[in-house]
Amino acid sequence: MRLRTALGLIPLLSALLTPTWAISAENNDNTFETRLPNGMRVVVREDHRAPTAVQMVWYRVGSIDEHDGVTGVAHVTEHMMFKGTPSVGPGEFNRRVAAVGGRDNAFTSTDYTAYFQQVPASQLKTVMALEADRMRHLTLDPDGYSKEIQVIMEERRMRTDDQSSARVHEAMNAVSWQAHPYRRPVIGWMSDLEQMTVADVRDWYRRWYVPNNATLVVVGDVNHQQVFGLARQTYGAIPARALPERKQYEEPVQTGQRQLDVKAPADLPLLVMGWKAPRLNDPRKDVDPYALEMLAQILDGHEAARLPTALVREQQVAVSVDTSYDSTNRGPGMFVLQASPRPGHTVAELEQAIRGALAEVANKGVTEQELARARSQLRASEVYKKDSVMGQAMEIGMLETLGYGWQASPLMLDKLNEVTVADVQRVAQSYFKDDQLTIARLVPQPLDAAELTARAKRAEAVQAGGRH
Amino acid sequence: MKRLLMMSAAMVATLVGAQAIAAPVQSWTTEQGTRVYFIETHTLPIVDVQISFLAGSAFDPSNQVGLASMTASLLDQGAGSRNEKEMAETLADIGAQLNTGAGMDSATVSLRTLSDPDRRTAAVGLMVDALSRPHFDGAVFKRDQARSIAALKEALTKPQVLSQRAYMAAIYPDHPYGRVVTPESMASLSRTDLESFWRQHYSASRASIALVGDLTRAEAEALAIQLTASLPADQADVPRGLPKPAATSAKVVSVEHPASQAHLLVGMPSVARDDPEQIALQVGNYTLGGGGFVSLLTKAVREDRGYAYSVYSYFDPKLVDGPFTIGLETKRAQADDALKVVNSVLGDFLRRGPTAVQLKAAQDNIAGGFALRIDSNSKLAANLGVMAFYGLPTDWLEKYPERVRALTPEAIRTAFQKHVKPEQLVTVRTAAD
Repeated sequence: MRLRTALGLIPLLSALLTPTWAISAENNDNTFETRLPNGMRVVVREDHRAPTAVQMVWYRVGSIDEHDGVTGVAHVTEHMMFKGTPSVGPGEFNRRVAAVGGRDNAFTSTDYTAYFQQVPASQLKTVMALEADRMRHLTLDPDGYSKEIQVIMEERRMRTDDQSSARVHEAMNAVSWQAHPYRRPVIGWMSDLEQMTVADVRDWYRRWYVPNNATLVVVGDVNHQQVFGLARQTYGAIPARALPERKQYEEPVQTGQRQLDVKAPADLPLLVMGWKAPRLNDPRKDVDPYALEMLAQILDGHEAARLPTALVREQQVAVSVDTSYDSTNRGPGMFVLQASPRPGHTVAELEQAIRGALAEVANKGVTEQELARARSQLRASEVYKKDSVMGQAMEIGMLETLGYGWQASPLMLDKLNEVTVADVQRVAQSYFKDDQLTIARLVPQPLDAAELTARAKRAEAVQAGGRH
Repeated sequence: MKRLLMMSAAMVATLVGAQAIAAPVQSWTTEQGTRVYFIETHTLPIVDVQISFLAGSAFDPSNQVGLASMTASLLDQGAGSRNEKEMAETLADIGAQLNTGAGMDSATVSLRTLSDPDRRTAAVGLMVDALSRPHFDGAVFKRDQARSIAALKEALTKPQVLSQRAYMAAIYPDHPYGRVVTPESMASLSRTDLESFWRQHYSASRASIALVGDLTRAEAEALAIQLTASLPADQADVPRGLPKPAATSAKVVSVEHPASQAHLLVGMPSVARDDPEQIALQVGNYTLGGGGFVSLLTKAVREDRGYAYSVYSYFDPKLVDGPFTIGLETKRAQADDALKVVNSVLGDFLRRGPTAVQLKAAQDNIAGGFALRIDSNSKLAANLGVMAFYGLPTDWLEKYPERVRALTPEAIRTAFQKHVKPEQLVTVRTAAD
């Protein structure tokens, strides 16, 4: 189970790897759900293999809910959630989790914000009380904020500013999406971080951190009735509050290819091609998102899949190639292929080779054997997934928060297995149109340290001047 | 977008933690001299197989740095009766995952497969082919050599890579751990170099095996024999040990880079895997910089000053003295301020050691949360692989919590003073003003 670094999500495909022959009933038998009177959903999966448990609380709020000028506030709030309440001082949350032998962390994506603790199962009550406390009583002290925002700017430098490929993706999102909030980076633009105040965080917290916007997921060596009881005692005491209306963003249909170049320190160019693609809307009736998932697997699901075979091994125009498509999102999807050319080959040659591989699927389709191989990988992944309580909790939380419901997992697996070669060929013909394509290129800049440093300093001086 | 992502790969293999293991570790040595560690667990229909050899990059000939790594990476790219494509397709057909790679000390091939007899037999067959009948095909080699050189040249533009290389070269001068691969050293390799490195280093007596999962003892024994029966014959004159690294003396190395953040590393060669003080160091390091959000370094550098998103320290025990390292990234203008804070926290800790309260917190987390270190087959397999390779006792995991509980602040202070010496600490400043 790869964790996608960009957003910290489990990639689509593995999220969907619930299998036919591993049998839906098997999962359902040990999974239990309830809803507290305040609207908070609770899902518990009993897995008694080891005396440990994971608690996750997922809030249905992410950068998709942000506005210009305060980009990054979802993620900043996540950081501030560790900075204390009246009864649990700054840093004390981490100390108490550590004291019971646990580990904790959190992550923010475009679509959600989630918090988790992995603990010995006997300590679940402690972390549930802690997590419930900060759902309601976060202090948001200005002094703590002034330090933490510096930490977050360092995080942005580390993850984005100094990572050439991250800069390409950030810029590409800003070009691909025009109306939709997916155009903004989860971590926020630096100038927004610089101008953010603790009042922005407080607004965000008050608006979205309510039990009726959250899902509690517990997986591990627990009794579900006991967990339900603890949930009522802890989270159940928090009153519901009306949520703001969520805007529906309709991305206008793209009617022409978009291109951009990003110059950054690098040796190898990078080519990223992204086509607008559907989101899984109705897990029961939709077909195309499943067919695109299987296409991604056939293109790049193993070392001998189509793209590594064609581009890396046979034509040898690429050093590496990567495919990603996530259909389970709150917003629209994108089917992305990215590759670096092998020295001696141009980005243009690489682009032609990728187009050629896609055209081949569109023109000639894929084989039954390729599809069977993809199904076989899905089935095995479903079994492997059960080795990790954290992985199981991630899947449940994500499906709940994105609006599909955890029970959709076996259905999605069935639907993936029902995809036919005709379906795969049809989606290859219909979605890879130039009019819906954005192409981003990393243009490598030599690492002439002295020169680049001077340039960076000049740019900084200009920026600083501009802000006064 | 995790709040903190700082565990290095090295730490995954750090056997910190502790309660009772569900099933005991069984161990035996095959007739050909391969040590086997096995945990039998039938809760999931999965088998994890890991075999490691004394064949890591430290065994690279000095003029062929990169050889161990290239050798490991080509094992599964065509072997036995299958070419690379057929191998990858067969693995996908049965849903098995086969990985190869080389670290500093060991080269490892690992397999995860479903345990039903058909799939397991097919998957193990592929693994045996990779270990015993690799093709080292000339065309495949040339292609991957070119890819590796291209990827390396790209890596050499990244500040974290440049920093790490400068650091290892500085703390291990004239030692295999300090050699860094270059485009030139990669280009000098030939396919016959790979084949002879494999013949010399992938023998049964240089191997150790870890098995976890849905197997009986009899099946596990048969599997171990199958894995090792056709390996290259042992060559007595191939070195098995590594020289002890020389003591360093304090110095500062600066690397130019245009990045917005400075990458700072502070450390020295410190502790070998068989050192009895290793546990004291690991437990002490929890307080210093290993305990994530609750460490002294995180408090001083991140929480109190907002200097860094990630600041950490770790011991990475190896066959011979592995590194003790402190690392962080901060905007380039405040690099030296951050270094002052780091050195002050470290200096205090070396003088005083942990307080009784700090040690108790470390023990509560490490010993109290031990179950978290071993609550999946894949975690068990990772731990068992390290134990088997370094020949740690079979009760190592089981006894870990009580050994952690038995430590005193004095024992930790003494161990730190012996293994971390300010006059030997090397500092690497990359992209710092």
